[in-house]
Amino acid sequence: MLKMYLSLIRIRFLMMLAYRVNYYSGIVIYSLNIGVYYFLWMAIYGDGQSLGGLTPGQMATYIAIAWMSRAFYFNNLDREIAQEIRDGTVAIELIRPYHYLMVKLFQGFGEGLFRLLLFSLPGMVLVSLIFPISLPGMMDSSWFYFSLSLLGGFLINAQLNILTGLLAFFILNNQGLIRAKRVLVDLLSGLTLPIHFYPEWAQGILSFLPFQAISYSPNMILIGGWSGHEIGQALLIQGIWVILLCLPIQLLWTRARKTLIVQGG
Amino acid sequence: MFHIQIFIEYFKQYLKTRLEYRGDFFAQFATDLLFQGVNLVFILVVFSHTTNLHGWSREEVIFIYGYFLVPYAIFSTFFNLWDFNERYIIKGELDRVLTRPVHSLVQVIMETMTPESLLGVVTGLAVMGWSMSQMDYVWTMMDVVFFFLFVVGGVAIYGGIYIALTSISLFSDSKTDIQPIMYNIGNYGRYPVNLYSRIIQFVLTWILPFAFVGFYPASFLLGSSDWKTFAFLTPIVGGIYFTIGVMIWNWGIRHYRGAGN
Repeated sequence: MLKMYLSLIRIRFLMMLAYRVNYYSGIVIYSLNIGVYYFLWMAIYGDGQSLGGLTPGQMATYIAIAWMSRAFYFNNLDREIAQEIRDGTVAIELIRPYHYLMVKLFQGFGEGLFRLLLFSLPGMVLVSLIFPISLPGMMDSSWFYFSLSLLGGFLINAQLNILTGLLAFFILNNQGLIRAKRVLVDLLSGLTLPIHFYPEWAQGILSFLPFQAISYSPNMILIGGWSGHEIGQALLIQGIWVILLCLPIQLLWTRARKTLIVQGG
Repeated sequence: MFHIQIFIEYFKQYLKTRLEYRGDFFAQFATDLLFQGVNLVFILVVFSHTTNLHGWSREEVIFIYGYFLVPYAIFSTFFNLWDFNERYIIKGELDRVLTRPVHSLVQVIMETMTPESLLGVVTGLAVMGWSMSQMDYVWTMMDVVFFFLFVVGGVAIYGGIYIALTSISLFSDSKTDIQPIMYNIGNYGRYPVNLYSRIIQFVLTWILPFAFVGFYPASFLLGSSDWKTFAFLTPIVGGIYFTIGVMIWNWGIRHYRGAGN
């Protein structure tokens, strides 16, 4: 069983490798985004040495890490699932001897792994040549916690994508919803704005939502913005969200198979 | 007159297809609003930690963003050319367009337009109105005239650049990723450009003149005279880029051989 899922990762990885040229433009786009936010934030700092507990150097690193991690956790599972529901291929997927949603998850992981190695790593080198970024030393333990947290972020984001995609079973054209979710995740996950910059009341609300566990937690760990205790807490919260999000997915999935309507064909 | 008639027919057709998936139509409205709201949230949160951004106050930055939304909305309405390569070249729709007696670009624009994006004009005006009332700033009659000129110029710059990029598909049917790159560069124009480094300012002014879509005209309409000359250049730059775009398109159409078998 595990072997099958591992080969799913491998196949998706190889598939992405075949179209690798497309990803060089991605590095340019991400670098451009890092650039906009870098200049904006440096203007916000002005001559100040600290804002919300972060130095300008930490902020620059935060922006770079946030975008390069996004390359790893971002995927189009929502769009793929919705597409397969709309064109009816999901019916074939359902009679195959594997769990459709697990297959999707592992495909997403293969895609993420590919981008991490061939996109984020060279991208990070490029960006650190342009902007003043400081990363912890190779043997620093924060890399370990960061990897754990990044994986947690990937899982939570993938689960949210699967949820949005599955809604296509009930709302036959859910493209608007998919776009809206994407915009919201970018804003509320801490990608463009570290969560502790929000006003108190908004932080209260955001701490009860899964989004901050996608980007904010891994970034804060890597730039050294958190103590050991805070890191443990953040990882625990991620774990809880991963488990909690399984519930609505399972619920939708069971209901969806009962009420499956294949459009056309 | 003939073109207006054609436009109305296309518009009717468009409404019929859109209203078939009514839920999606309104979802589009909602996500557009959300998208515009998200950027405002960013500006508001940022200004809760600082009082000025390289000398620009919160209201001024919001005004510049609100202004940017207006030309950008008109551009997204008529130059929705994202899937041109897929739809017109690979699927061969362009052959059909070319057999008809209306200019090919006009047809493509009318077939791909999304009038619901015009909602962004309303949002933009509302945002500008709000920040002007906060600053107690009032436009003269001349400002209104300039506003129209600048918006037309901005749309022409955006339109020209995208027409030129889309024309690449006429020469080669392989996919390029230049459009999304350009889209991201365009985002630089909606903040005061003097906060970027000199090289970026130069690129945004003379090579990919996105600063003329947002910042330069908006700063003039705010009563700042530092970039006055640049603001007045907006319609001219727009005219030049749009002409170049259309010329490349026409050249591409003559060159086009079709992808099919």
